Amino acid sequence: MLRTFRIGGIHPPENKLSAGKKIKALPLPEQVIIPVGQHIGAPAKVIVAKGDTVKTGTLIAEANGFISANIHSSVSGTVIKIDDITDASGYKRPAIFIKVEGDEWEEGIDTSDVLIENTDASSEDIIQQIKNAGIVGLGGATFPTQVKLSPPPGKTAEILIINGVECEPYLTSDHALMLEKGKEIMIGIRLLQKALNVKRAVIGIENNKEDAITHLTELAIHYPGIEVCSLKVQYPQGGEKQLVDAILKKQIPSGALPIEVGAVVQNIGTVFAVYEAVQKNKPLIERVVTVTGKGVKDPANYLVRIGTSMNILIEASGGLPENTAKIVGGGPMMGKALVSPDIPVTKGSSGILILPKKETERRPVYNCIRCGKCVSICPMALEPYLLMTLSELCLLEKAEENAIMDCIECGSCTYTCPANRPLLDYIRLGKGKTGAIIRSRK
Amino acid sequence: MNLILLAVISLSAIGAIAALILYFASRKFKVYEDPNIALVEGILPAANCGGCGFPGCKGFAEACVNANFLDGISCPVGGAEVMTKIASVLGRTVEVTTPMIAVVRCNGSCENRPRTNIYDGATSCAVASALYGGDTGCSYGCFGFGDCVASCLFNAIRINPETMLPEVSEDACTACGACVKACPRNIIELRKKGPKSRRVYVSCINKDKGAVARKACKVACIACRKCEKICPFEAITVENNLAYIDYNKCKLCRKCVPECPTNAIHELNFPPRKEKIEVTEGNVAS
Repeated sequence: MLRTFRIGGIHPPENKLSAGKKIKALPLPEQVIIPVGQHIGAPAKVIVAKGDTVKTGTLIAEANGFISANIHSSVSGTVIKIDDITDASGYKRPAIFIKVEGDEWEEGIDTSDVLIENTDASSEDIIQQIKNAGIVGLGGATFPTQVKLSPPPGKTAEILIINGVECEPYLTSDHALMLEKGKEIMIGIRLLQKALNVKRAVIGIENNKEDAITHLTELAIHYPGIEVCSLKVQYPQGGEKQLVDAILKKQIPSGALPIEVGAVVQNIGTVFAVYEAVQKNKPLIERVVTVTGKGVKDPANYLVRIGTSMNILIEASGGLPENTAKIVGGGPMMGKALVSPDIPVTKGSSGILILPKKETERRPVYNCIRCGKCVSICPMALEPYLLMTLSELCLLEKAEENAIMDCIECGSCTYTCPANRPLLDYIRLGKGKTGAIIRSRK
Repeated sequence: MNLILLAVISLSAIGAIAALILYFASRKFKVYEDPNIALVEGILPAANCGGCGFPGCKGFAEACVNANFLDGISCPVGGAEVMTKIASVLGRTVEVTTPMIAVVRCNGSCENRPRTNIYDGATSCAVASALYGGDTGCSYGCFGFGDCVASCLFNAIRINPETMLPEVSEDACTACGACVKACPRNIIELRKKGPKSRRVYVSCINKDKGAVARKACKVACIACRKCEKICPFEAITVENNLAYIDYNKCKLCRKCVPECPTNAIHELNFPPRKEKIEVTEGNVAS
């Protein structure tokens, strides 16, 4: 019996169209637009001005607070302007526009492919280097990594869990990384183990990626302390709480973080970024992005510089198909529809999903028929139908009592609802309002 | 016969004992309520809208009776008339509040504000606003899903199917403020109703830079400051790329209205302007 989390979960069609495709590096664009708020927390503070010359890897905006991250230039060239852009959700956000001139890197960055196995860096050095490199959780939540690596006083990490689950349908960027950068990932895990001072690390991978499981299991023989755990395909196993439950059989209490049960969870992409930051002194300036969709000519995984327009990626995959109705940033379950494809790739962009009209149409909404499907599949053991009604009626105290803040917004309830009710839309709204009330109490 | 008699007697006895218990219990646990509360509640419009800030009309009546002065509390629905009645019942004085009305500060109709994408999520402004910036280039303007309409207890606001924008009915609006709270984008504002319902206001809340705002919407405020300069009463301020008319300072001279290059300033319920007859030679001759 394969492991998985105990409560709820669904199994949407996997549709991993770009699985097994090699990571292609895209040529440099003519211009990059780098938003200053690419992570959860305070947006970074811009430290360059119009007309400044920057190199690849130059710090252009520095972390502004405890939960914030540095941002580096992903190209070399000139800062054209610092202006507002329309972000993925249609709001204006400040960003730095850089015109690309050549590809000159900051000194001290190792751009070669040579694998550097050993390190003398101490735990503090590693965390400091991760902080300097502006690394955030690349699974999509974009939480600054150094914060995760510094457990609060009184808590100690006992196990490091590496999230190679990639439970979102369609997306394959982590899968591609595991296949091609296996050794780097192993060294990255070693570095994180050292930073956290933990002996044991487990890589959780769903068993629809058998090649990755075999590859990493073979590599793990040479790295004692690192093991690979094959997991049953079940959405949303990539959620921290679900992954900890699946691997450790431990449940994280409501409102707590994985460190409560002695675990720290990091994404595969993050681990690779940690390797590059510590061993190669390379800041987080590029990432792997999947471009996929059933109408797309050539679904693929691209290695792109942060700030490249998504249009360029779509063009590289054969352009927008004619019947395109929706372009989603991220996977189909948790991704967000983009207001325009002309927005830059950020640290959190794991994929671009192009959907035809047939697959995106919302069906008419009916009344709740009390079938209880949403309750049975909710991985957080909540009652989505109830939370939706409470949010709709603005009964936020009741919603808080019913643990609305525990919702991980995985969208399983909306996916499964036979009455097509927009459960998550309302729960998210209620969660936002309840969160504001809770914060105002403090 | 005996059986019936027994039943009647025993039931009567139980009834009498219960009545006694109830009588003493009601004496013992009697809650004194100021009779004025019921009187005041009778005067109130019984809309229970909560616009006054108290939980329903009863809550407001209690607050009125318990307050030493009626300053600062008022029923937005009943207005000055109801407040004077309450004051006379309670033997207090009340300051006359100026009548207010809800004003929708967005004119981004389908014609003025081209759609850039299609939204097919839950038809609620609050949900849409939490998700994204909207189906037009303006991330400040009205969604048109009618959260305000749903919140209005007086049927005073409706969505015009042509413009897809809310319209406030002058007569029905009681300025309870429910729509102001319901709008996730703070488009609706309570403004002074004005003499003969005449009002001048900026019908835009876009805080983007002029060029960006203009590109998104034909009738957006572009913060050119022309209105600010022409206003003789310093009632207009431009902040964060947006003009705002202070209704307490505005004297309704309407000089700003024709000055606005994007027609973002609206005038309501004024008589038609007199055409200025320019005195030229031709005019004199005729």
